[in-house]
Amino acid sequence: MTTELTRDEIQRVAVLARLKLSDAELDSLTSELAQILGHMDQLNELDTEDVEPMVHAIELKNVFRTDEIRESLPRDEALANAPKSDGRYFHVPQILEGS
Amino acid sequence: MSIVGATAAELLARMERGDTNSEEVTTAYLDVIAAHDEDVKAFVHVDREAALDAAREVDRQRQAGEKLGLLAGLPVAVKDIMCTRDVPTTCCSKMLANYVPPYDAHAVTLLRNAGAVLIGKTNMDEFAMGSSTEHSYFGATRNPWDLERAPGGSSGGSAAAVASQMAPLAVGTDTGGSIRQPAGFCGVVGMKPTYGRISRYGLVAFASSLDQIGPFASDTAGAALLLEAMSGYDNRDSTCIDTPVHPYSKTVEEPLAGLKIGVAKEHFVDGLDPEVETAINNALGVYESQGAELREISLPHSKYAVSVYYLIAPSEASSNLARYDGVHYGHRAESFENMIDMFSASRGEGFGHEVKRRVMLGTYALSAGYYDAYYLKALKVRRLIREDFDTAFQDVDVIVSPVSPTPAFKLGAHDDDPLGMYLSDIYTLSANLAGLPGISIPAGMSSDGLPIGLQVLAPPLEEDRVLRAARMFERETNWHTQRAPLAGQSS
Repeated sequence: MTTELTRDEIQRVAVLARLKLSDAELDSLTSELAQILGHMDQLNELDTEDVEPMVHAIELKNVFRTDEIRESLPRDEALANAPKSDGRYFHVPQILEGS
Repeated sequence: MSIVGATAAELLARMERGDTNSEEVTTAYLDVIAAHDEDVKAFVHVDREAALDAAREVDRQRQAGEKLGLLAGLPVAVKDIMCTRDVPTTCCSKMLANYVPPYDAHAVTLLRNAGAVLIGKTNMDEFAMGSSTEHSYFGATRNPWDLERAPGGSSGGSAAAVASQMAPLAVGTDTGGSIRQPAGFCGVVGMKPTYGRISRYGLVAFASSLDQIGPFASDTAGAALLLEAMSGYDNRDSTCIDTPVHPYSKTVEEPLAGLKIGVAKEHFVDGLDPEVETAINNALGVYESQGAELREISLPHSKYAVSVYYLIAPSEASSNLARYDGVHYGHRAESFENMIDMFSASRGEGFGHEVKRRVMLGTYALSAGYYDAYYLKALKVRRLIREDFDTAFQDVDVIVSPVSPTPAFKLGAHDDDPLGMYLSDIYTLSANLAGLPGISIPAGMSSDGLPIGLQVLAPPLEEDRVLRAARMFERETNWHTQRAPLAGQSS
């Protein structure tokens, strides 16, 4: 059983997922995802109209803690793993035009 | 008697008596790693001097008569998905190949406080996505029982480390069976506690509603000890359970009188290897001979577990892994056109194929038009799976089943068959979806000389029951005392 899935659709999902994929990857993912999603169509056998979705193993709500001031990571440690920084800020490519 | 191969409890007793010390013990295990890990590839990072320094510090504390923790002087291997301060934590991904965390995971802090000697970081499937440890950026771990076979995954490095006697104890994580399945494949004990029993703070997130840290050991007593050391409330993980930690290591030897064991008819179906089935049936016989009562139960939705899991886990993963954008840490592409292109190029280069497959699957399942049909549907069936267990546990104390349909498969067996690999997780996934504690213990050997695992599941927070039930079987059998031939000597 396979689900209908086009390469264009996979390309659209890759854009949503912010993944740059090669042509070969797009091809293999199209067939792999179709096969996997095809298996998952078995879930349609079940009537789940009146079933509450279960998002979590322990259904907790609103876990609060006191808002206390704590030590935060020193700036140099926070920046230590940055691909690009100037010792004060994370550096990213320019986003706004001009300036 | 040699240090290597002794149980955690034996090593602790011998250090306590002064027959040996942590430096000697740690040296012995480091020497096995040095001699054999080139073949097994259980570890991705070992710092011999740092481990020996930590060992000597525990020896000093013991000499000085200071109060010692539960694991004082015991080497522990840690899966490379748990943050360790100033020690690389890569998730075996190119994305994090150079990442050095500025902080310890909560469980790592507890290990250090308990006197554990962190002997190294273990290999795993990239971001814990996989069932074979073949999806590691650093290359596959091999099964110590047969180097041509997979150790299971994703915590394959931790399982192989214990099986090949490179550490008496190891830590793994289990999102869909990633502790129990490699434990079964490698012939060691591996346990997934109740969701929330151990803080996930500092555990690199894969699927946050399913991820759980847990112990590996060569016997249930070792697993109990390590579980006890890592359990407990931590307010930095808001899903951590705030209930007192049971002294598992003190009660593990006590058999359970009148134990009622559930056997699900859905677990014995096509696809189950006959040798695995025989081993499980023999194990049920061992329990009966100790007065346990077997009851047939039904888990009618268990056949949907693979579909439900492989929708929910990738959906959560696609969201969790959005953080890898090449800005704060991790891989950044060399060339790109703009900000968005930098994200996409960095992620395209930094993630391996299985991670991309799951991010794509999850993004698809969460996208407009498919959310209700896939993600929401999976959440609803997740509840049905949980309700099956709730019903079953009204009648029985534990559920016993296989861990995997077959013993360890060959490396590369599922290269072109991701769905086939997913389907091999059928027996372990439900415990994560329902949040239950479960253990895998050695319970047989195939005609090819490969270990066969037995799974024991119990209701939430009944880790003590799981461990004691497992110990009842272990005490009557010798499977856990069998040791893999050391790497290089394998036939």
